[in-house]
Amino acid sequence: MAYSEKVIDHYQNPKNVGTLDKSKKNVGTGLVGAPECGDVMRLQIEVDDATGMITDAKFKTFGCGSAIASSSLATEWLKGKSITDALAVDNMDFVEELNLPPVKIHCSVLAEDAIKAAINDYRVKNGLEAIKFDESVVH
Amino acid sequence: MLKFPIYLDNNATTPMDPRVFEAMKPYFLEHFGNAASRNHSFGWEAEEAVSYAREQVAKLIGADEKEIIFTSGATEGDNLAIKGVFEMYASKGNHIITATTEHKAVLDTCKHIEKLGGEVTYLQVQPDGLIDLKALEAAIRPTTILIAIMYANNEIGTVMPIREISAIARKHGVLVFTDATQAVGKIPVDVNKDGIDIMAFSGHKMYGPKGVGALYVRRKNPRVKVTAQMDGGGHERGMRSGTLNVPGIVGFGAACELCRLDMEEDTKRISKLRDKLETELMKLEEAYINGSTEHRLPHVANISFKHVEGEGLLMGFNKNIALSSGSACTSASLEPSYVLKALGLGDDLAHSSLRFGLGRFTTEEQIDYTIKAISETVLKLREMSPLWEMYKEGIDLNSIEWAHH
Repeated sequence: MAYSEKVIDHYQNPKNVGTLDKSKKNVGTGLVGAPECGDVMRLQIEVDDATGMITDAKFKTFGCGSAIASSSLATEWLKGKSITDALAVDNMDFVEELNLPPVKIHCSVLAEDAIKAAINDYRVKNGLEAIKFDESVVH
Repeated sequence: MLKFPIYLDNNATTPMDPRVFEAMKPYFLEHFGNAASRNHSFGWEAEEAVSYAREQVAKLIGADEKEIIFTSGATEGDNLAIKGVFEMYASKGNHIITATTEHKAVLDTCKHIEKLGGEVTYLQVQPDGLIDLKALEAAIRPTTILIAIMYANNEIGTVMPIREISAIARKHGVLVFTDATQAVGKIPVDVNKDGIDIMAFSGHKMYGPKGVGALYVRRKNPRVKVTAQMDGGGHERGMRSGTLNVPGIVGFGAACELCRLDMEEDTKRISKLRDKLETELMKLEEAYINGSTEHRLPHVANISFKHVEGEGLLMGFNKNIALSSGSACTSASLEPSYVLKALGLGDDLAHSSLRFGLGRFTTEEQIDYTIKAISETVLKLREMSPLWEMYKEGIDLNSIEWAHH
């Protein structure tokens, strides 16, 4: 299985690996996947409460090259986006950008889930209700 | 001077020994006859070459040349043995005993036998990969016609107690078949000392050509027969029809002879390299060896690096080092290794495993490079792993409610 150049680049030079302070009210943490499945992503966002903009994003991932690339790319996209725009990120965006083959589409779905989980965590911490998302549609 | 990529996946296949290649060459363009052509020198020469190879193969395993049937490989041998016995001994019974860690060629054939109305018991293995002999004996019924247990496992290298298994089988009048693909040529295998009745093995795991193998079928004490699965001209004593792959067989014979002559020295050298690789990698935190370390092939190591995923790990160096992993991501089916699962390993450790298969052409320089590359990649990926961070913080990962997808 050949990896796309972008996947290889994200793997060798991952963007925004790290940890934000979970205890801060404006940090949202999404932890998705499971060790038994071979894929666990932790995506964190730091939000400017006044503007609703994501000012920082960090990730850590247990998973294959495509999973690492998807979550790394997610942090790149999230920085500087509003929460509303972040909610619009769809798994197919990852598939297209990274040229993921069919057998790796589930990695992109997990990345989309991680974004939504991080946003929901931020919402709940700030007195809002978590958004109920429909089951991700795998194209 | 290191040449890349380094090949450490000798359980999957082996490079051909140049001496084997030389032995095969004349049989493509010059001595190309069909070994069954009785009436001219092309046929006679081919037949002689096959005969010679048969002796070479037999000598490696302590058999008589009349007991060697040439096949296209171990998968065909497994099929011929299991289906062949099932058909031949149908009047005696229809029950076969095997194990959950067998190669797919055995497991799938057993599933086929079940569809035909046969009964199969799939014995569980212990956490070290070994068969429980008491459970084996307890599983034998009056209708049992075959015990099919591999000599050595392809993923974890565990060597089964074949002599003890055959002693039990003899006691109950049951035939013993073993898929010895990973063992023949690497460790001493003797069909008489080991009490084996039928045995399959393959050329391309022993520095020989792909597409050729042998099935050993005992002729004395007891005399065993298998019903042919390939019908046709009656080749190989009526047990396997089809024009013989003469150059392949010549290469296979040469490969067997080289293994017989070089085995002791090769083993000494390779096992030292394996031990060095393993000792150094085990210095990493949270590294685990899978399978028995006592009853194991001398050139294999299967190691899990907790909190790091196998395919991600391989990507760190797969341009330079060829290995395989038990991770789901590396299999077409997205299922983690069933062998590692059968050991009782959690899926997370199965996903984190690497299999090392050293071989005749492995050098110390290659091992030193590998130790460094893997150690560095494990450390780098652990820095990126949320599981590693949680483990370091003292969080019990088993207590977490994971958001399954």
